[in-house]
Amino acid sequence: MNECHTLTVNGHVHELDVPSTAPLLDVLRNHLGLKGSRYGCGLEQCGACMVLIDGVAAYSCSREIGTLSGRTITTVEGLRSAEALHPLQQAFLDEQAGQCGYCLSGILIVAKAFLDRNPDPTRAEIAAALDANLCRCGSHPRILRAVLKAAADMRGKMA
Amino acid sequence: MTALTFSLKDNPRLDRWLRFQDDHTVRIGTGKVELGQGVLTALAQIAAEELDLRIDQVRMMSGNSVEGPGEGYTASSWSIEHSGAAIRLVAAEVRALALARAALRLNAAPDELTVADGAFLKNGSPSGIDYWSIAGELDLSAEATGAAAPKPQSAHRLVGRSVPRLDLPTKLTGAGFIQDMVLPRMLHARTLRQPGPGAALLQLDEKIIQRRAGGGVRIVRLNNFVAFVGTDETAVRAAAVAATECAVWDNALSLSPEQATPDWIASQPSDDRLMGDPPPELATDRICARFTRPFLSHGSIAPSCAIALYRDGVLTVWSHAQGMHPLRENIARTVGLSLDAVACHHVQGAGCYGHNGADDAALDAALVALALPDQPIRLMWRREEEFGYEPLSSAMAVTVHAGLDGAGRPIDWTTEIWSATHGQRPGVGGASLLAAHAMKTPPPDRKPFDIPLERGGGAARNGIPLYDIGPKRIELHLIHDVPVRTSSLRGLGATLNVFAIEGLLDDLAGRIGEDPVAYRLAILSDPRARRVLEKAAAMANWSSREAGGAGSGLGIGLARYKNSSAYAAVVAAVEVDEAVRVTDVWCAVDAGLAINPDGILNQIEGNIVQAISWTLIEEVRFGPQGIATLDWESYPVIRFSEIPEIRVELVEAGEYPPLGVGECAGGPTAAAIGNAVAHALGTRIHDMPMTRDRIMKALMA
Repeated sequence: MNECHTLTVNGHVHELDVPSTAPLLDVLRNHLGLKGSRYGCGLEQCGACMVLIDGVAAYSCSREIGTLSGRTITTVEGLRSAEALHPLQQAFLDEQAGQCGYCLSGILIVAKAFLDRNPDPTRAEIAAALDANLCRCGSHPRILRAVLKAAADMRGKMA
Repeated sequence: MTALTFSLKDNPRLDRWLRFQDDHTVRIGTGKVELGQGVLTALAQIAAEELDLRIDQVRMMSGNSVEGPGEGYTASSWSIEHSGAAIRLVAAEVRALALARAALRLNAAPDELTVADGAFLKNGSPSGIDYWSIAGELDLSAEATGAAAPKPQSAHRLVGRSVPRLDLPTKLTGAGFIQDMVLPRMLHARTLRQPGPGAALLQLDEKIIQRRAGGGVRIVRLNNFVAFVGTDETAVRAAAVAATECAVWDNALSLSPEQATPDWIASQPSDDRLMGDPPPELATDRICARFTRPFLSHGSIAPSCAIALYRDGVLTVWSHAQGMHPLRENIARTVGLSLDAVACHHVQGAGCYGHNGADDAALDAALVALALPDQPIRLMWRREEEFGYEPLSSAMAVTVHAGLDGAGRPIDWTTEIWSATHGQRPGVGGASLLAAHAMKTPPPDRKPFDIPLERGGGAARNGIPLYDIGPKRIELHLIHDVPVRTSSLRGLGATLNVFAIEGLLDDLAGRIGEDPVAYRLAILSDPRARRVLEKAAAMANWSSREAGGAGSGLGIGLARYKNSSAYAAVVAAVEVDEAVRVTDVWCAVDAGLAINPDGILNQIEGNIVQAISWTLIEEVRFGPQGIATLDWESYPVIRFSEIPEIRVELVEAGEYPPLGVGECAGGPTAAAIGNAVAHALGTRIHDMPMTRDRIMKALMA
């Protein structure tokens, strides 16, 4: 049975007429056309679907929309500003941190939430923060470098 | 005259490869596809180099069965060697044709003209014309002749530069995959999988399925193939899950845990082949050791997906499979359409690392599209479907036998291999697409087949050591009757063969108290192999390697991929207590002329990481319902906190042709870890993955 759910996604308020049990990921991809959050496992095991819910990184593949009314969601599409890429996205480009790229949306999201909490992390701290995100191509060394670089760039901008 | 390459002989027309487009770009066709390995960027560099274009003036058209060249599968690290060589020759030839035409138009001698960003310069000054002004006068339907010599390395300005990946910006901002494609009126689909060839569907309670889906799902059934189709992806997914739970099958596949082991594989009847030198006549002092690895999953991060549309008698399929021309043939044959009535287009998906479910999902989507014409069908596999029904990489056992001389050096070598096939791509060796087995007339049984050694080998890949040993041979015991589908995973048989060969070499060095690097160099005359070995050892500060046996170890591994492609030497440092922790990896690679050095490093780093995961963690298990490792908890792979520091360096080898690199470091990495663990423990673990149990067993022995 469909119900109306109010959700703020990437700064826009949406009234969604969908079943309460619909997974957030399906709503983002198929109702809002935001394809950046990805279906990997549907089991909260790989991290490809991760989004920010009120600033906290969370799986979207199994999260029912009915639990989210009034919440604020940020997807990978919402990281950049109109003018520029987010420093994380820029650092991933600078380091060429990616191969197939399917895991990157979830990793960017988790890295964003992490750097918000810990702006000056070590490599080991970043690795621990990203441990729930799988990358099958083995881009990990570059991803770790890119997050370190983004952290430095963001600190540089604040200084 | 430059000899025409493999790909050009199959696709001689210039316009299959190159077209001038109205928007002042050049379209470069390739049959090879982007799997995350960066190949389209490298091929664009090669084209732009020869044509004197900027990289942004090149548009790659990849995997188009209608207009592009057919180059088989994107596999075995052939793309740069085959497609790159073809594009290089075609681009050089078209540039020469265009230059001659421009010279006529400008009333100039061809050697007065040069090209910059696609525009002709006469004695260095703008001439007012460019490729596009004369494109209409060039006959690109002509066949390539090889008459124009490509540029020498000294003239390269783009080849050899680390041009950023063309596809990465899109992927970092939220799009770019087949999973993201939307066509008007597109329907979503999921399947119910036939649990093994020969299984028959006895009962399917459609009421339960509709109830779980919330209604409105169409059920398409073709003999033992069933799909659930609708506008709401959530509902069709729920329908497929419900169907999997409630379907009643006759003759469903059941497996036992033992069948997943290398020992089971090695105990089966086999089709035996001898490759290489004849068996030794004289008995010598022989040493042997047995190494094993389990079945492995490709573990693509996304389940396979395809879109198909049947309209006006033409079936169009969008797929992330590794070859669109083979896919077209396989689908046409399976569904009974002529080749002209099927068009296949590549769209990027998640990394596959070999033959995963991509081709099969494409047939699934095609079957549904044929049943529901005029509507695009987006069919995606479920996670457990990808793990449970994609082809596996075969479990293997390898016994290496070395005959020794009086000084303890090998003078005769046999690599004895037990494995199921590594070559079961659709259309190869009688293999079929998965759902073909669910049709009324299933395909005929396959005969024993593996990829022949002259095409790189399957199970036998890298079974012949690089070293100067004297007679060397492979005894392959190809196991045909295995209850799961096996096919190509990055590296194929090379991973275990190199692990075994390099493991025994370390043991042989140990027998005479010699350093493993010195022992190898004493029996290695190939200068390119020596160079990467010495380079990796120097990077790792090998000369200060300690005695070992105290829980820390340093090990080395070396191979030339397929014995014909890139050379890689890897040194791994490990710490071993209850588990093996790889702390550092150093790797030196000779890839010949490097087209895109950073792209090469990226591939090698990834191959190293994946090989660490294979060596330490990964293992497919079987159970009564078939493959039992159906999610990331039961099939764990390496995580960020387990990633060592990895340093990769390319040795300068621009005088040699460019070589594919995506698979060259896997075997050497597994070998380096194996040898480092042996160094750390003072005893060897012969079996992958090197789990806690195996460490304990090795220490007790």
